[in-house]
Amino acid sequence: MSIYVNKNTRVICQGITGKSGSFHTKGCRDYGTQMVGGVTPGKGGTDFEGTPIFDTVEEAVKQTGANATMIFVPPPFTADAILEALDAGIETIVAITEGVPVLDMVPVYRKIRASKSVLIGPNCPGVITPGECKIGIMPGYIHKRGKIGIVSRSGTLTYEAVWQTTQLGLGQTTCVGLGGDPIVGTSFIDVIGRFQNDPETEGILMMGEIGGSAEEEAAAFIKQNVTKPVAAFIAGRTAPPGKRMGHAGAIISGGKGTAEDKIAALRDAGIEIAESPADMGTAIQRAMKAR
Amino acid sequence: MKIHEFQAKQLFRQADIAVLPSHVATTPAEASAAFDKLGGSLAVVKAQIHAGGRGKGTFLENPSQRGVQLVRSAAEAAQVAQQMLGNTLVTIQTGPEGKKVNQILVEAGCDIARELYLGIVLDRAASLPVLMVSTEGGMEIEKVAEETPERIFKEHFEPGLGLQAFQVRKLCKKLGLSGEAAKSAHRFMTSMCELFVSIDCAIVEINPLVVTGSGQLIALDAKVSFDENAMFRHADIKQFRDLNEEEPSEVRAGNAGLSYVKLDGNIACLVNGAGLAMSTMDIIKYHGGRPANFLDVGGGANAEQVSEAFRIILDDKNVQAVLVNIFGGIMKCTTIAKALIEAYQNVGFNVPLVVRLEGTEVEEGKKLLRESGVAIVTADGLTDAAKKVVAAASAHSKA
Repeated sequence: MSIYVNKNTRVICQGITGKSGSFHTKGCRDYGTQMVGGVTPGKGGTDFEGTPIFDTVEEAVKQTGANATMIFVPPPFTADAILEALDAGIETIVAITEGVPVLDMVPVYRKIRASKSVLIGPNCPGVITPGECKIGIMPGYIHKRGKIGIVSRSGTLTYEAVWQTTQLGLGQTTCVGLGGDPIVGTSFIDVIGRFQNDPETEGILMMGEIGGSAEEEAAAFIKQNVTKPVAAFIAGRTAPPGKRMGHAGAIISGGKGTAEDKIAALRDAGIEIAESPADMGTAIQRAMKAR
Repeated sequence: MKIHEFQAKQLFRQADIAVLPSHVATTPAEASAAFDKLGGSLAVVKAQIHAGGRGKGTFLENPSQRGVQLVRSAAEAAQVAQQMLGNTLVTIQTGPEGKKVNQILVEAGCDIARELYLGIVLDRAASLPVLMVSTEGGMEIEKVAEETPERIFKEHFEPGLGLQAFQVRKLCKKLGLSGEAAKSAHRFMTSMCELFVSIDCAIVEINPLVVTGSGQLIALDAKVSFDENAMFRHADIKQFRDLNEEEPSEVRAGNAGLSYVKLDGNIACLVNGAGLAMSTMDIIKYHGGRPANFLDVGGGANAEQVSEAFRIILDDKNVQAVLVNIFGGIMKCTTIAKALIEAYQNVGFNVPLVVRLEGTEVEEGKKLLRESGVAIVTADGLTDAAKKVVAAASAHSKA
C-alpha cells in the first residue's frame, strides 16, 4: 500500500513543452511513472518524445484516462491550470510551480477542499511512492521502498530525510512535499491521517519550518488520532523574526511561528524531535524502537 | 515588498479611503511651504522610513528629536525637517543602526475623538484574508493580542465577495460606533478590504484609525506591504520600491534571482532550497558556529548565478569560512561543481571552502571537483560538513 499515488496512477503534465515540464516529464517517465500525456494550449496533436500533447486537460483525460497531473505552468497561470485539472475530474493534482500569488490560491483552495480531488502544492517537490510512481522533481535514486511515511513543507530538506532513511535501511512508503507557500492544498494533518490508515507505513517523519501554525495543528491532531511512532524536525531555529526565509510562508511575525513554539507543541504530543537535520533518520528509528 | 506611509496614503486616496491632506518634503524649505499650503494652525511632521515605532523613535544625531512631531508654524516645520532629513532614526523595529530619513510627510492636524486599530492580513489557518479591528488604537497590536485579546475583533472575507454589510454592523456594534461613524466605517472597511485584494497586499495596518468629532473615520497612519509574487501584475506599485530602505547585498542577490538574508555570524552558506538553507544555518549553530547568512540559490540556478552568490557572500567582511550544501533535485551537482571551480578562479577565495554534494549527478560533480585541483574541503553528510566548516572558521579567524 501507499498513499496518493501507486503503479496504476496515470499522469499528465500541464506545461509539458516548457523547459522544466519536459525535463521532469522525462525524469518521471524514466523512473517508471506512467506518463500518459501532456497539455500545452496550442500544441495539441503534437507529441513530446512519443508522449501525446493535448490542448486541454479535458481532452487529455478523455484520450488517456489520466487521473493525476503534474503542473509546471508559469505562476500567473497556475491557479487556472489547477482549476482546469479539477474541472476535468483529475483526482491528484500536483502543482510544482513556485511564485504563485497567494490571493490566487484563496478561491482555488476553497474549491479544491469542497471537491473529491486532492491538490498537493503549489511550490512543492511533489509526491513519490518509491518503485511505483514519482510525480515531481525529486531525484528518484535516493528513495527506497520501505516503511516510513515522509511529509514536509520543504523540498531539499525532504531529500535529506529520504536519504537518511534509505541509508538506515528503513525506506519509505510515500513521500509528500506540501510546499512552502502560505496557502497549500494539502496539510500535514491530511497526509498524516492517511499514513495512520496505511497498513504499510510503520513510522511517520515530518519536517516543518518556521511561520504559520500548521505544525502546532499537526501536533494536536497526532495527539488525538495517531498511534504510530512519529518523529519531527523543525527548520529555522536560527532565523531572525520579520525576515522571510526564502519560502513565502517561512517568516516569524508578531512573535508567532517560532521554531521553539512548534518544537514544544510537538514534544507535548509525544513526538520524537530531531535536534539536528542530520538526525532525522535516527529520530524516527528511536521513536520506532521505543514502542 | 514594503512601501512608505505617503505612498500608501496615495493608494488610499485613489481608492476613496479617507486620509488627511499632506505633502512630501525633502528639504526644510519644502516642509515650510507644505505647512503654508495646508493652511492650518498646526501640522504633523513624520519621518518616512520602512519601520514602525517612529513616534517613540529617536535620532542618532540628536536624541531629543522624535520621528513624529507636532508643529505650529512654517518656521517650526522647517526646523524639525532640518533635524530629521539626512539623519538616522532608530526605532524598536530598525535595530540599533537605525535608518536614514530621506523624506518627510507634513500632514494636517485633525480633531480626534477616538483612536481605533484596523489591520488586514492573510489568516493562514483559515486560508482567507481577515479584517481585524480593535478599540485599542495607537497601541502595539501584538501587545493587545497578548494582554487583552477580547478587545480585538475579526471578520474573514472572500476575495471575490468582499466584506459584507452585516460584518461591518457586527464590528461597529463591538467597537461602539453608531450613526455617522457607523456609516463612515462601512465605507472605510469595505473599501479597504477591496483595496487589499485588488492590489495584492500582504499586510495593511492602520494604527491609529481615528474617529473625528463629526464621526468620520480617517487613516492617520498607513503601513502597507505586498505579495512579491503578485507584483508582475502591478507595474505601478512596483515603482514605489525604495532601494535605500533595503540591505544592499539583499538587493543585489534579488537582482540575480537569489534569496539572501544577511545575518551577523561568520560562516557563510550557499544552499539549494529554503528548508535546507534554514537547516544548514541551524546545524552550523548546533555545532557551535554562527551563520553569516541565509542563501537559497533555488532549484534552477546556473553557473553565473552561483558565481554571483559567491561574490555576495565573500563581500561580507565577517565571513571566515564558506559552506556549500547542495542536495541536487532540479539542480545538478555538476552545475554546482563547475560553478564552484569557475567562481574559485574568478572571484578568488581568501577563506576556506567546505563542500557537501548529494543528489543528481553527484559522482560526476565530485569527480569534477577532485580533478580541478582547487583547494576545497569535501564533506560527506551534513554533520561532517558542519563540523568541518566550524573548525575551518575558527582556525581561519585565529590565523
